[in-house]
Order: sequence, then C-alpha cells, then structure tokens
Amino acid sequence: MKQEFTISLFSESHIGILSRITLILTRRQINIESITASESAVPGVQMLTMVVRTTPEMVEKVARQIEKLVDVLKVFVHTSTEIICQEVALYKVTTRGLMSGSMSADIVRKYHARILEVTSEYTVVEKSGTRTEIKELLTLLEPCGVLQFVSSGRIAVTRQVKELNTYLKEMDEARRNMQEAVELYS
Amino acid sequence: MKVSNNIQAALKDGAEVTETSEAGNAGAQARESGHGATVSADTVITGAEALLKALIEEGVDTIFGYPGGAIMPVYDRLLDYTDRLRHILTRHEQGAAHAAQAYAMVTGKPGVCFATSGPGATNLVTGMANAFLDSVPVVFITAQVTAGLIGTDAFQETDILGISMPVTKWNAQVKRAEEIPDTVARAFYIARTGRPGPVLIDIAKDAQFENLTYRYSRCTYIRSYNPVNPLISRDIESAAVMINYAERPMILAGHGVIISGAMAELRALAEKAAIPVAVTLLGLPAFSHDHRLYAGMLGMHGNYAPNVLTNKADLIIAAGMRFDDRVTGNLKKYAPGARVIHIEIDRAEINKNVRADLGINSDAREAITALLPLVRERSREEWIREFRILDRTEHEKVVKPETEPEVGDLTMGEVVKTVSEMAGRDAVVVTDVGQHQMAVARYYHFTDSNRLVTSGGMGTMGFGLPAALGAAVGGEGRQTVVFTGDGGLQMTVQELGTIMQYRIPVKIVLLNNSFLGMVRQWQEMFFNSRYASTELVNPDFVMLASAYGISARKVTSRQELRETVEEMFSANGPFLLQAEVSRKANILPMIEPGASVSEVTLTYNGKS
Repeated sequence: MKQEFTISLFSESHIGILSRITLILTRRQINIESITASESAVPGVQMLTMVVRTTPEMVEKVARQIEKLVDVLKVFVHTSTEIICQEVALYKVTTRGLMSGSMSADIVRKYHARILEVTSEYTVVEKSGTRTEIKELLTLLEPCGVLQFVSSGRIAVTRQVKELNTYLKEMDEARRNMQEAVELYS
Repeated sequence: MKVSNNIQAALKDGAEVTETSEAGNAGAQARESGHGATVSADTVITGAEALLKALIEEGVDTIFGYPGGAIMPVYDRLLDYTDRLRHILTRHEQGAAHAAQAYAMVTGKPGVCFATSGPGATNLVTGMANAFLDSVPVVFITAQVTAGLIGTDAFQETDILGISMPVTKWNAQVKRAEEIPDTVARAFYIARTGRPGPVLIDIAKDAQFENLTYRYSRCTYIRSYNPVNPLISRDIESAAVMINYAERPMILAGHGVIISGAMAELRALAEKAAIPVAVTLLGLPAFSHDHRLYAGMLGMHGNYAPNVLTNKADLIIAAGMRFDDRVTGNLKKYAPGARVIHIEIDRAEINKNVRADLGINSDAREAITALLPLVRERSREEWIREFRILDRTEHEKVVKPETEPEVGDLTMGEVVKTVSEMAGRDAVVVTDVGQHQMAVARYYHFTDSNRLVTSGGMGTMGFGLPAALGAAVGGEGRQTVVFTGDGGLQMTVQELGTIMQYRIPVKIVLLNNSFLGMVRQWQEMFFNSRYASTELVNPDFVMLASAYGISARKVTSRQELRETVEEMFSANGPFLLQAEVSRKANILPMIEPGASVSEVTLTYNGKS
C-alpha cells in the first residue's frame, strides 16, 4: 500500500548532491511531492526534506541507497504521525473581492493568517499550517478572486530522533579512536 | 589562462603563488575529511604535474588512456614521468576503461584511466557503468574545457559530471589547480574503501596549466562516508546459532569474498561446518572447484544441484553477493524454506532483493573470521550427497555431451575444458559476454588462486579483449587467457593494435559460431527460431590477427584441438586461436525467465 512518507536527510553542502538524490528516486519512478532544502543548525550541513508517496518497503530501499551517497550524512524516514510539519503559503487576491465580505477579519481571527501587503489592486495574505489548512483557506478565498497562489514545500522536525549534533559528535569520536588505533600500530 | 610551459617555468622561480580566494572552501573540506600523517614537502608546480605526483603517492604505476585537446597539459607532463608512470595507449577510450578495470581486478589496486573532454569522456561511460555494477575501483580522470567556458557548449565540452552521476560511486570537478591534491586523495579513498567502485575527476584545462603549492596527504576519513561498520557481536552469535542448528545449509559466495580476500576463511568455515558452497559468476574463483564441498555456480546457466537445492535448503548464508535476478530467478519462488543470513558490506543491498532474516553489514572476511570459532564441527553427509546425485544427472545429460563429444562439430565446452586443463592453476581468465562466457563459467575448472575478469552485472559485449590486455599488464607474467566470441571480439577488435604495440602476451581464444549466440539461443527458445539480425558474416580472424603481427591459428577438428592449444601456450607473446564451434548450440541448463531456480531445464529439444 502506498502512503505518504517524509524523508529528511542531512548532507554536506556540496554541488550536485541534489541531482544524485533525485536520480535514485527517478529510477524507481517515485515522484517528489514537495522538497525543501536549507542550511541546518550545523554549519556546512544542509538539510533536505522531501515528501513522497510509495510503499514502506520501497521507501526503506531508496533511503538506504540515498544514505549510501558519499556526501549524505544521515537519512530519516517518517510517516506523517511521527513528525511535526508545516508549510507556508502566500495568496494574492483582489482587494475589492476581499473587502466585499467579512473575509478580511476572518482571515486574521479564524485562520491565523497575516496580511503582508495591501494596495488598491491586490492584497497578499500569508498563512502557515498543514497542507489541508492551506488548501482550506484557498477554497475560501476563491470567491474573492485569487490572482496568485504559492506554497512552500514541507518543513518538518521529528518527535524523536537523535539530534544531528549528537550524531556528528559520535562520528568525530569514532574517527579519533580510529586514528589513535592507526597511530598505535604504525 | 593559457600560459605556455616556458612562461610557467619562469614563473616557478618567481614565487608566483596561486590566488587563495577559495581558501575558505579548502578549510571547509578540511573540516569534513581527515588526511594521513605523511605530508610531502611544499613545492610550486602545475596542476598537471600535481596530478601525476598525486597518482604516484597513491601507488599508481600504470595508466590506461587516450589523449586529446583538453588533457594535453597532463600528457605533456607525463613524458617527464615515464620512469615512474607507464601509460598504455589503447585504441578507444572504452578500451582504456575496461583495461583499467581488469588491471584493478587482477592487482587489487585501483585502476587509473585518462581521457579528454567531450567524446573522450562519453566513450568511458560504458566502462564506468561496468565497473560500477561489478564493484571495481577505477579512478577515471577526464579533462574539461577551460573553466570559463564550462556551460557554454564549448568545443568538445560535455557535462560528464552529470552523465557519469548514475554510474559512479562519486565524482567531482576541479576548476583550480590547488584543489587537485585533495580531490585525488578523496577519489582514491572512496574508490577502494567499503564497497569499491569507480570515481571520476573532471579537470578543467586551465587548472592543469595553473600553478599551485603542492603538498599531498592521503585521505583517511570523510565525515559523511562510513565505508565499514564494526561487527555487532550479537549478530555473529545469532548467525552461528542459525548455522549450528541448520540441517541443510548452503553458502552463496560472491565477488565480495574475492574483493575482501576471504577465500581461505570461507574454505575453513565450509570445512568446519560441512556446508556446500555455491558461487555466483563473479565469485567463481572464490572456492576451488575440485573441493568436495564445491556445489557449483548459481543462476540462469548455473549448475543443476545448487539451483534445485536452493529451494530445499533450510539456511542460506550469502556472503559478498547481492541476489541479482540472474541468480535468484523468480523471487516469489526463491528459497521458500530457508532462513537467510546476508553478509554484505553495502547496507543498501541487504533486504533489497531477498529479505534477510539476519543482515550482517560488514566486510565478508571480517564476518567469516568472527564466525569461524563459533560454528560447531559437523558432518552433513546426507545433505552433501543430495548435491552429488543431482551433479551426476547434470553430468550425464549436459556436461558429458558438451565437454567430451565424439562426433559432430567442436563444442564450446570441449575447447574451454581443454584450455582449462592446459593453463596454469593460477592463470588469469578473462571473458567477453555471451554463450562463450557461460561455457567458461560452467566448464573452466577454477581454483581459488585463479582470477576471473568478466563483465557480470552489466553484461558488456566488447569487454573481453581490452580487459584481457589490462589483466595481462596487471598480472605481470601470469598466464592470461581471454575467451571471446565473434560478436564481442568485433565490438572492440581495434585493441589488437594495443596488444601489438606493447607486445602484451595475451592468449585469445575465439569461440566462433558466426552468430550472436546467446541472442540466437533466445530466438530459438522464445521467438520461434526467428533469427532476426543475429547471423554474422565474419572476416578471416587469423588474417586479421596476422595483420597486427599476432600469431594465430584456426582449429576446426577435435583431433587438432589439444595440439593447437599447446601451440598457443608455448608461443611467445600474444596468440589468437580461432576455434570453429557448432553454429547453433545452446547453453544448458537454463532457468527460463520468470521460472524458479528449481525449475531448471536440463535438455531442450527444440520446437518443431
């Protein structure tokens, strides 16, 4: 059974790494539903969050293949229940349409959205939330005349995992031990 | 920055040091990777020379390659290093790639291959893919157009970084000379550690001319790359318990056993616990074929007993192999009664094709060594006898008629058997791809001191001849025999020129049936004998070899066979033996596509 998975991974911030990752998914005909890349809390380390729909067996296989890439530090696979995720959306609507009803107040009060810019022609609304919440607001704004709509990919943090910092520290530790061993024998 | 060598030489003394605008980048690299203690003294040299010095530091003494515009600065410097670096000029870049791979498979050191930008680089792709699928360390160095022209569709520019991505373990582009030493160090470290594989460095032409302050230290660590995981003792203990309680265990040994040099350990384990050992195509010399526990080759054209008994085994111990579809047949009907222990250095291979009850993510030799004291001595005569009974059936129905025929045309099997009997016990055996390859796999008697160089995962026709020259160069005096077919030979036949130029003593056994035999066999069996484009009109190969100054002889009759093979082995230097074999013979047994390993076809009568 196909289901939604969030693959989050840490990699060195090297040129071409994204290509190598997408190649693995492309070979298996897995579509990336959303993707976000950003610098992680550790300098020089990039974090990628991808949403894919596939089977649990397949996501495990591609995760291992991605983790095998030389520049990838660690890959985590999560189902929707194991993560806290958020997306950001911008809605550009006609100001006349927005002002004609009670929508403008509702946007702020009910949907916790923000108004970023108002001109006589258009108004830009920002909302962060889950995919469903963002879609809901879009439906509501539709009668006001939506000129543009854009939403970000998913960003997510996990409910539980070893933090990357801890992981990197462990790797450095292992490396020191290894080098000491090497020096001891040479 | 196109500067002539004279100016460069003048600059050298003028303490012209390269700009350090990317020092921050170098600093970042240092944070992510570690380098060894041996650091060579600082000198100012060109990027081209730095590349050659770095190769020498990595223990390289042989390079296979082909020059061209963008890589000329490197080739120019190479003239000053002929005492330390031997360059073998092939007749095509693909030939250089296969030769470098074969060199690596014989020496155990990474092979090195040079090519220029554009077509030079794209001609390597088949070779890279081949090395990638068979886990062979090759460092490919391609030149690239001048840094400022990259991305502009310049003359002989190709995005080889993008093209090679799916078929390399790692690749990188170098635009500045100062990046060369560390990039080479990383390349070698990545190519030879963990599951080995090909890597590519693409060097812009101006980086080859540019000066740098050269210092070299070998790479010993990359933060994001974990080549070997420590053994988990609990897993080894579980494996030992599973082995000790199994009644019908079977070991499947693959290329990984050979790469990790675990042949002796494997033999010890098999003997102590009395476990039959079956091998994959690339694992053929992992276990001596004259050993009483040798069960035969697995898979589509493998032996009868190991295929059938895979589905009777209660435990499968797979070491250094990846359950390729040619080995497993129909996965749904594969080893239904067996638990599976999968010893594999590449974690992504565990549970990829066959679900493992116990995955041991480690080097084959380490795991087997750790297992050895924990397994109990046992005898399993009953189980071993089952293999012998099926062996006898296979011998009667297939092996005997194929290897000891009394009438009719020469067969591939009898030629292979005769060569096998007369070549040394430690000969390097090379093959191309197709029916003759399967004949070698089935009828060559390998020992664990033989080497086999063949194209397994990729099945690259044309691999044989260039691989053979690379193997012979790497083998340094070891007898090197290549079996090839008339189809495969003609895909890379130009490499006869390389063999001629360097007097490489390769013994070429051409099994000629004037057909693309394996495709023809499938046409006969699965396409109603409709032979679409598989019949070949061939040249006189003896004359062709003679044109290259290579001694050659054609054999058509059984009576002359032994004497001709003798002549081949006693000849000095290269020799081509053209054996005219039966035109429409089939390789059997066969597991038909979609069938289970236990549904092996021993005989095929043909459809009327």
